[in-house]
Amino acid sequence: MSAERKPPGVAVDASKLEALRGREYWRSLEELARTEDFQEHLHREFRVPVPMDGGLDRREMLTLMGASMALAGLTGCVRQPEERVFPYVRPPEESVVGEPLYYASAHLHGGYARGILVESYEGRPTKIEGNDLHPSSKGGTDVFAQGFLLNMYDPDRSQTLTERGEIRAWSSFIAAVKLALERDRSAGGRGAGLRFLTGTVTSPTLLQQLQDILAAHPDAKWTSWEPVGRENAMEGARLAFGEPVEARYRFDAADVVLSLESDFLGTGPDMPRLVRDFAARRRGKGSNRLYVVESTPSPTGAKADHRRPMAPREIEAFARAVATQLGALPSGVSGVGASAAGAAPGNAPDPFAAAVVEDLKAHRGASLVIAGESQPAHVHALAHAMNEALGNAGKTVDYTEPSAGAPLTSQSATLPELVADMAAGKVGFLVIVGGNPVFDAPADLEFGKAMDKVDLRVHLGLYEDETSRLCHWHVAQAHELESWSDARSMHGAVTILQPLIAPLYDGRTAHEVLAAFTEQPDKTAHDIVKDYWKSRLATTGGGADLDTAWRTALHDGIVKDSEFKAKDVRVDSSALEAKIQNPKSKTEAEPAGLTLLFRPDPTVWDGRYANNGWLQELPKPLTKLTWDNAAMVAPSTAQRLGLQTEDVVELTLDGRKVLAPVWVLPGQSESCVTVHFGNGRARGGRVASGAGFDAYALRTTGALWSGAGLQLSKTLRRRTLATTQHHHSMEGRGLIRSVTADQYAADPRIVAKLGEEPPGPTDTLYPKLPTGSYAWGLSIDLSTCVGCNACVIACQAENNIPVVGKDQVTRGRHMQWIRIDRYYTGGLEAPDTLFQPVTCMHCEDAPCETVCPVAATSHSAEGLNQMVYNRCVGTRYCSNNCPYKVRRFNFYLYSDYTTEVLKMVRNPEVTVRSRGVMEKCSYCVQRINHARYAAEKENRPIRDGEIVTACQQACPAQAIVFGNVSDPDSAVSKVKSEMRTYGLLTELGTRPRTTYLAHLSNPNPKLGGAARPAGEGEHGHKDDV
Amino acid sequence: MSDGSDKGKPESSIPQPKPGDTGILAPGYTFTTLTDKLASIALSRRTPFVWFVGAAVGFMLSMVLLGALSYLVIRGIGIWGVNQPVGWGFEIVNFVWWIGIGHAGTLISAILLLLRQPWRNSINRFAEAMTIFAVACAGIYPAFHTGRPWLDYWLIPYPNAMNMWPNFRSPLIWDVFAVSTYATVSLLFWYVGMIPDLATLRDRAKKMWAKVVYGMLALGWRGSARHWQRYETASLLLAGLATPLVVSVHTVVSFDFAAGIVPGWHATIFPPYFVAGAVYAGFAMVLTLAIPLRKVYGLQDFITMRHLDNMAKIMLATGLIVGYGYCVEAFMAFYSGNTYERFMMWNRMEGPYKHMYWALLFCNIIAPQLLWFRKVRRSIPMLFVMAMIVNVGMWLERYVIVVVSLHRDFLPSSWGMYHGTFFDKATYIGTIGLFLALMFLFIRLLPMVSIFEMRAILPEAKVEEEEGA
Repeated sequence: MSAERKPPGVAVDASKLEALRGREYWRSLEELARTEDFQEHLHREFRVPVPMDGGLDRREMLTLMGASMALAGLTGCVRQPEERVFPYVRPPEESVVGEPLYYASAHLHGGYARGILVESYEGRPTKIEGNDLHPSSKGGTDVFAQGFLLNMYDPDRSQTLTERGEIRAWSSFIAAVKLALERDRSAGGRGAGLRFLTGTVTSPTLLQQLQDILAAHPDAKWTSWEPVGRENAMEGARLAFGEPVEARYRFDAADVVLSLESDFLGTGPDMPRLVRDFAARRRGKGSNRLYVVESTPSPTGAKADHRRPMAPREIEAFARAVATQLGALPSGVSGVGASAAGAAPGNAPDPFAAAVVEDLKAHRGASLVIAGESQPAHVHALAHAMNEALGNAGKTVDYTEPSAGAPLTSQSATLPELVADMAAGKVGFLVIVGGNPVFDAPADLEFGKAMDKVDLRVHLGLYEDETSRLCHWHVAQAHELESWSDARSMHGAVTILQPLIAPLYDGRTAHEVLAAFTEQPDKTAHDIVKDYWKSRLATTGGGADLDTAWRTALHDGIVKDSEFKAKDVRVDSSALEAKIQNPKSKTEAEPAGLTLLFRPDPTVWDGRYANNGWLQELPKPLTKLTWDNAAMVAPSTAQRLGLQTEDVVELTLDGRKVLAPVWVLPGQSESCVTVHFGNGRARGGRVASGAGFDAYALRTTGALWSGAGLQLSKTLRRRTLATTQHHHSMEGRGLIRSVTADQYAADPRIVAKLGEEPPGPTDTLYPKLPTGSYAWGLSIDLSTCVGCNACVIACQAENNIPVVGKDQVTRGRHMQWIRIDRYYTGGLEAPDTLFQPVTCMHCEDAPCETVCPVAATSHSAEGLNQMVYNRCVGTRYCSNNCPYKVRRFNFYLYSDYTTEVLKMVRNPEVTVRSRGVMEKCSYCVQRINHARYAAEKENRPIRDGEIVTACQQACPAQAIVFGNVSDPDSAVSKVKSEMRTYGLLTELGTRPRTTYLAHLSNPNPKLGGAARPAGEGEHGHKDDV
Repeated sequence: MSDGSDKGKPESSIPQPKPGDTGILAPGYTFTTLTDKLASIALSRRTPFVWFVGAAVGFMLSMVLLGALSYLVIRGIGIWGVNQPVGWGFEIVNFVWWIGIGHAGTLISAILLLLRQPWRNSINRFAEAMTIFAVACAGIYPAFHTGRPWLDYWLIPYPNAMNMWPNFRSPLIWDVFAVSTYATVSLLFWYVGMIPDLATLRDRAKKMWAKVVYGMLALGWRGSARHWQRYETASLLLAGLATPLVVSVHTVVSFDFAAGIVPGWHATIFPPYFVAGAVYAGFAMVLTLAIPLRKVYGLQDFITMRHLDNMAKIMLATGLIVGYGYCVEAFMAFYSGNTYERFMMWNRMEGPYKHMYWALLFCNIIAPQLLWFRKVRRSIPMLFVMAMIVNVGMWLERYVIVVVSLHRDFLPSSWGMYHGTFFDKATYIGTIGLFLALMFLFIRLLPMVSIFEMRAILPEAKVEEEEGA
């Protein structure tokens, strides 16, 4: 190229190019392309046909070719994404690529910690498991603990700090706070206009921070508001004991339990432990007996041996009657109890109450009375009095100091004060630390309106939600799994929350927001928490070994000996009687009309999980409803009002109106309509939008849990509700076999007799399959399963199961691998409710395997019915031929292949299924193989209990047992050898490896408890599409 | 052969049929006039206006099919109404329906040939064409109903590096063999049977392109005795091959269901009952096509009342077998004492799809009883209505078998409903369009009535045979 006639452009710039490196080089070539002579050159090259004859000599030809070479570089001139790859020079301790690590942390439920272990692949948390060292978990989890992982990866989360929608730096937030505080200082400096609003706070560090700030600004106030508060329980304890204490129930020691609308098996901060204890007792010798009175069906009611639907006021009367008869109220019949006992029609004493009383009396010291949060304080007090009278205190229940910060007991009283101050213009600076009060505060407070009067409003939240819209500053909150923090369980056990991942976005913790109000405004959450605990551990005798104590606490997920000791408190029953003589007049003057009950949503809770696809799509335990909430009415009420499921009605309470679709719910109290709050988000994110209606719009300070005087008028509209189960009767098929404990004791073969005789193992044309060294099998105990859905979400998280959306659920295309079938038996008004989790049965003679034309589903030597995704062409024949209908098909491309952040939540051990393939429960084959690798490395067989499936791990009731059925000593073999074991549809010759332990109920014989075995000729509620 | 038609014979030698019955060929035809008339449809006659209308409709609906299938491949099977528990819907209903329709063609061409039923000669050609087009339409469904249609070839056993073979236990694999064999044999049979006529068209064609195309298709047929001898052998062999297919194809299709364990599928009566149903549906479709065709093209002389009457009788007979099948199904459900079978039957009669079941019984059992009456069989409008009723009834039958059995099987918790979506319907209508389009092309371009076989039933053919003897 050393010609005299230099090629235009290229050669001229060659020297320049030499001087440039890397990205600059490309950029300058782009610039080069814009220079005039190069443009001309381009033009010649591409537009004008090069005259080969005459006009162009060899040199020119070469020149042109050279330019082409230069241009070839231009085609690659897109700006390359910036990627940094850092190979480990020295890998972090214990980290092996592809091997998950587990870290202890906590999930906060309404502020209370439940211990979890978080599985982490190369720094990505992918799965939540229970922490068996933690007293509130004991190894189990609930749906929220399983599901909240997805919130962290939610692409709709707010990602940066904003001021009026503009992105700001953290330093400018600190400056803004400083400015506001300085302005206050110049105006007296007592922080008169400063208000903090939090949820329930159990974090010792945060409490300390708040205390410090309040001490520095004596006129500042801190209010807390939790939509599902524990105020009634606290107030009840105060009534009973004179001080707020937290009751610690021991269901593993209770033979007879009376629940006054307490859904302890369904929801609540301590649910995993309570379910585990309850299940342990139920499994034990001589089953326990559970009586439930409630207005609206709950999982606890479903597990009851005797359940009575009652209106709220009847429950109160019932509680009084029982308390009186138990002698918990000293004046006996002369008290309010007598008149209230008139709830039973006529003068005849209620035989149900009498039987309950007798049963409780017969089990002094081994019984329990528990009241639900929806019950007024004096019912809680009555429950405490009853436990005391029964001698249960100290045996099945003890009392600890509450672990939540002070304002807990009077949230519904202090929140109106705050709002009144706001409306009066007394609040200059409102700091909302987490929570979404504009959405979930009682409607009568009109929190949003009052916000306008506040000069400076700051909101810390995971989402840009209803509240952040009305705030000047919105601080993107770091998710619990991204934060350093700490929290107490219900009974004080402290967990240090450790981040599993650096914040995905520019998230901040509550600690950091509060730090902005202190002298060290940019102190990190880690330092704040660690400093606090250093001082604490030092004072509590950690001594020299602070670091070990800190590390042990992090490792175990619990600070040693931090759980509160039982307090010695006594019920002053005569004082109590005086206090509850005149219960709130509201309940006395209850009109005869309908009562509206407010309950937290079983899947999206108070609304904080509304944008969580796993939880939105999770069928609610009793209704099997997804993506919506509904106004639930009793069948008789529906008939009286001419309502059908999906009819839209207008609910009017105290002049507030809301439109809601109807759901006819068997077992609902006739005079009550129940709504779940949490859905109907106005600014909840893409998943939440369009899901359900906002029941908070009717919820007022006076009617937090129930409001009388509901008016209900039918509209002509209908709303499609997506449910995963349309038929609720077993049609006389022995699917869930339920017998009483006595029947079973008398003849253990009764369970087998409830079904047809299966054909023998040789009654097949196909040759026997080869057997391996293991034979995997699963057993599910229907007695202890509470239908809580934890297994469903655990499976969804473990196995990368996609969310399909309401429309697809409506079309019957939900994807969860486990479904919990719920059947009703008995009458519509008070049916028995039975749950049955259905996984793949891994049939030994699987009908699906023979029909697959491409052998995409085949049998392993260990008895797994395997699904080979990449071989599947999607004929759906296997699904048709599966009698259990456990196969799920990807009708569309359900898995999200495009959203980057959602890729991180996936389990790298499990294939992400594409469109057009079948999938189903694999018995967590990845976990089996994981154990196999470990065993083979050590040259030993896989130990019993080494493989824990995701569902088994999550199950708070320990109803699921998995293992090697060819080993007679394995846990699963022992469970399966019980006479309660039966297989589903074994008469078809499928020989399922998943078997069930029949449901044992323990009815009181005095209540006509000779319940017929379920599975025989009963017809329940039918609600067909 | 091509010039054999020149020999005319006096009309008087044609035997007179019974009064009121034209027999299987109207009187008055000679080799020449018959050949002229039939060949002219493809060659010289003005294309009737109805043809343009019909072909246009057919093509437009084919475009609907194209659109529906393209969208299916782009979006996925979810655009159809299939779900859990109803994994198969319209697509399998339509597949079985189309396959069934095809059966009449094979029955007419093969079995009636072997049984030496000369009345088949005027209807076998388009009945065979109907078979092929119906199989083509049918084939679309299983090919596209899979979740990943581009991998359908995995159903074919072929040697591969992974040594991965299909699962020969699966009825769907049997289907692949049965249907592909059926399509191949039918196509061969149809084409081989057409060669002499293609030669006639070649010889009579005036236009250059027609001469060339027909000439190539005629494979050099010269009508020599050796050709005829080979033709007869081939034709007989193919008939022999096709005859078991009449029984086997729908038997195998019925195995798709009978080999499953779903109540309503798992029944031993399925194979015979499906075959009878297929013939039933097939003859209904032949009638549906023949009645307008003979009117439009003036073929009343060739497709006579005798033909229609015979076909109506076959419909009646097969309809009764199908009716017997329904009765046995219901009886066995109750007699078996099996909860699931009993429920299945009760659900058909009383469940959410009961209107379908009762409509099916009306269409397939009640209404066709009118065919006992000669007056009905001889009334063209009535016959046409009957045929349409049976077409609908047979579609409903498959819907009841496929969908109604699946929607409520063993576990009530999984029961659901199925409704065809817009795309289900568009695909169905689209295949009808494709069928029509192919049929209209065939009518226009190929001899829809077998010319040489019609000549064989002319009296003069008989005379020659006698003379030759």
